[in-house]
This record gives sequence, C-alpha cells and structure tokens, in this order.
Amino acid sequence: MSNQSSVEIQTEWDIVAARQLGRNVAKELGFGTVDQARITTAISELARNIYLYAGQGRIEIQRLTENGINGILIIAADNGPGIPDIRKVMEDGFSTSGGLGAGLPGVKRLMDDFKIETTLGEGTDIRATKWLR
Amino acid sequence: MNVRIPILKLRDTLIVSIQWELDDQTAIQFQEDLLTKLHETSARGVVIDLTSIDFIDSFIAKVLGDVISMSSLMGARVVITGIQPAVAITLIELGIRLEDVMTALDLENGLDKLQLELEA
Repeated sequence: MSNQSSVEIQTEWDIVAARQLGRNVAKELGFGTVDQARITTAISELARNIYLYAGQGRIEIQRLTENGINGILIIAADNGPGIPDIRKVMEDGFSTSGGLGAGLPGVKRLMDDFKIETTLGEGTDIRATKWLR
Repeated sequence: MNVRIPILKLRDTLIVSIQWELDDQTAIQFQEDLLTKLHETSARGVVIDLTSIDFIDSFIAKVLGDVISMSSLMGARVVITGIQPAVAITLIELGIRLEDVMTALDLENGLDKLQLELEA
C-alpha cells in the first residue's frame, strides 16, 4: 500500500480534490475534527496559491512516522515563477492577489512544521507537517 | 457537479443552509443568487447557517464577507449562524477576521437576533 498520493492542480476543481484527499488521509490517521479542519484549510490555501500564481503544480500528501509519532506531510510543488521576496510573503497581511488567500503565514500557523524553498524562474516547493499528538 | 444552494423565504427573511463543501463556482453562484433573491423578494434580513460546514478557507471567507457587504448595500442585514468550533479556530489561526458580522450560535438564535435588529 502506497503511503503517498497526489493531485495535479490545474483547475479550481483540483483544489477541491486536493483538500478532500488530505481530509481523508487526516481522518484515517486519526486526527480530530479541529486538526482535520486545519489540514484541510492549509491544503486549500496551498493549492489555491499554485492555481493563482503558478498556474499549475501538484499537491502531494504523505503519511509520516517519526519516533513512533504519526503525521501528515503536505507538499505543494510547482514550476511557476518562484517567490521574489520570501520575507515579504511571510509577513501577515501581504498579498498580491487582492485579498485572495490568507497567505503563507496563516498556513504556517495551522501546521506544526513549515519549510519553503523557492527559486526565481524555477518554482516553489512548500512542505508543511502536522503531527498526531 | 454545479449545484445551487437553495434560498428559502420566511416572511421578510431569507434562510440559507449551506449543506456541503463549497467549491469556488458554487460560492460565486450563491453570491449572485442571494442578491437576486433579495431584490425579487424585498427581504430585509438573511440568515446563513453554516452548521454543516467543517472548514472555511480564505476564499470562502472572502465570498461570505463580500455577500454580507453587498446585502448591506441593498439594505438587508445578514446573520451567520452555526459556525463549528473547528471552523472558528482555523479561521482565526489563518488570520481571517469577519469583522462587523452578526453571528449567532444556531438558526433559532440567529432568527431572534435578526428580528430584534429589524424591529430596532
């Protein structure tokens, strides 16, 4: 049985598919309703960022086990334009899309770990983890 | 699978219960449908019940916030009811504030609150 699955993001409908996949995995892993909502919301925001800024990309959901603790890893990867100023997008209230997307600081708060790698002209790779307590 | 959200009229109030996960198209369609119905019925109040909604992202929050402002421009008051604990927690953590929005615990309280507001 594969412990990862992914959704290609190309249309608005793929955002729905990605968050449903994430919610199902979160439920199977035993996350409670509040964490399920956090994970679903985080995926929705990341998938929307791909749709809005990169045009297309991929959301990957992985089950993790580390030191006997289970978790869920969301990978949001695209080959879009990249983010010119990471410090700026990590500031609350910064948005270039007219208020759409609460942005990455919100996603960071919803999850336990948050890593972002971006290269101008090459793309962005965001990894966010939630651990099952 | 583009389904429309039913909008019911009860005396001078429109009642909406959102029963399933909102995709972008359905949310935008709902915005238009609600404003059209307000115009047709001259309703003065709207209750939007979110009891069945288990998450709200920034897009849905923006659509909801916008439809409240738009309804207000048309002279109607909107009450949001039934926000689940998980939804309240994630909205605030995400950094979304639905400011100046009338809310109530459930549909019944929402209708009472709206009635008081409309009589005032």
